[in-house]
Amino acid sequence: MPFHVAGDDPGTDFVNLLRQNGLDPFPPALPGTIDAGHATTVLAVRYERGVVVAGDRRATSGHLISHRDMEKVFAADEYSAVAIAGAAGPAIQMVRVFQLQLEYYEKIEGKPLTLEGKANQLAEMLRGHLPQAMQGLAVVPIFAGFDPARGAGRLFQFDVTGGRYEEQDFATSGSGSLHAGTVVKLGYRPDMSESDALSLSVKALWHAADEDSATGGPDPIRGIYPVLAVINDEGFRALSDEESGAVFADFREELTEG
Amino acid sequence: MAMPGMYVSPEQLMQDRADYARKGISRGRSLAAVEYSGGIALVAENASATLRKVSEIYDRIAFGGVGRYNEFDQLRIAGVRYAELKGYQYSREDVDARSLANQYAQMLGQIFTHEMKPMEVEIVVAEIDPTGKPELYRIQYDGTVADEQHWCCIGGDAEAVLQRLKDGWSVDLDRDAAVRLAVSALAGPDRSIVAEELEVAVLSSGNGRRCFKRLDDAETDSLLT
Repeated sequence: MPFHVAGDDPGTDFVNLLRQNGLDPFPPALPGTIDAGHATTVLAVRYERGVVVAGDRRATSGHLISHRDMEKVFAADEYSAVAIAGAAGPAIQMVRVFQLQLEYYEKIEGKPLTLEGKANQLAEMLRGHLPQAMQGLAVVPIFAGFDPARGAGRLFQFDVTGGRYEEQDFATSGSGSLHAGTVVKLGYRPDMSESDALSLSVKALWHAADEDSATGGPDPIRGIYPVLAVINDEGFRALSDEESGAVFADFREELTEG
Repeated sequence: MAMPGMYVSPEQLMQDRADYARKGISRGRSLAAVEYSGGIALVAENASATLRKVSEIYDRIAFGGVGRYNEFDQLRIAGVRYAELKGYQYSREDVDARSLANQYAQMLGQIFTHEMKPMEVEIVVAEIDPTGKPELYRIQYDGTVADEQHWCCIGGDAEAVLQRLKDGWSVDLDRDAAVRLAVSALAGPDRSIVAEELEVAVLSSGNGRRCFKRLDDAETDSLLT
């Protein structure tokens, strides 16, 4: 059991606690490069009560599809989420450590980090990941959450160096982000309803999948649909495949009716 | 040269330390844990609204401590770290109360025999396992560990409180009844404790992954009246 005397206590820093116990969660930089690409589309859109976060389900390995039911949108804690684009292995590990960090902080301190604090924490992890990013294993997440201090949703975009950029309306990441971003930009209105924000997200994901080979679209034969999640004052909620499928069905009607 | 008066027998030394620790613990107010169907209620008499005696350790595990605040809080944090490291290294399901209780016992036993002063604390580790079965461990200042059935009490007035818990407990308690029993057992027949003087939390398998939930003063007040 780790027992620390005052002075060498790792405090609320979970990564440091892991390192002190010989469990470095992020590998050291090694020579050479790996082309892992960043084949994905994830996005976040603000609406009147919070944020909608969405992501496709495809994972690729070069020109091959390696997974059809990948999850790229994760609840970071009760009131926030991370959507990932980039090299899958490092990205999933970063999310895992980030989730543990938030819960660890909350338990040690007896209260959760502020949304600002959480965004900074993720930026710090990205900064530490820069050597791997330089080798081709970049991770480019979106962080979104409900800020109880403001009573509103907030969202943050990042770059590989740990740069943190708060966005007012929406954020996109991944290889399909250009297409998805354009669709959201054209359809975005301030203070949208939840269902409008979900419809817009679905539309954006569909157009991204339509143009980008590395972004997966809806898969009604297998019943696999892009992940849609909502974060508001009631917390994080991911829609089921059935619910997500229903939003896509509505969009299909809209498309076929012209 | 022999120094008469400097020799203290090991029995005496341990006795003195135990007396010292017990004296420190008996000064504080008690904490009761009561099992109910599907959960465990942890109730402490605590005038502070911010310095906690009852806390979350991990998904299914809670911690309660009485005695010196800085010492049991140090144990609480060590427990969170132990659980988080184990869950990270293996899986969340591999983190259990029994191994945590043993770790605490080792640590308290070590401190009791090797440090200048024993810890003036008594702690409870509670777990609700995936099938909803509760487990309660009580660990004393010297590392003595006991697994308790159905209810448990630590702190100054433990014996009287335990008797009242024993008299009032039944298998069909629900959450609110378990909290009421704990509060009345802590208060005794001659006084009552208001919600502001209480710290109430439950471990319930119905709470999702993180079974630990605090009840705020308003919730506590409504179920006491």
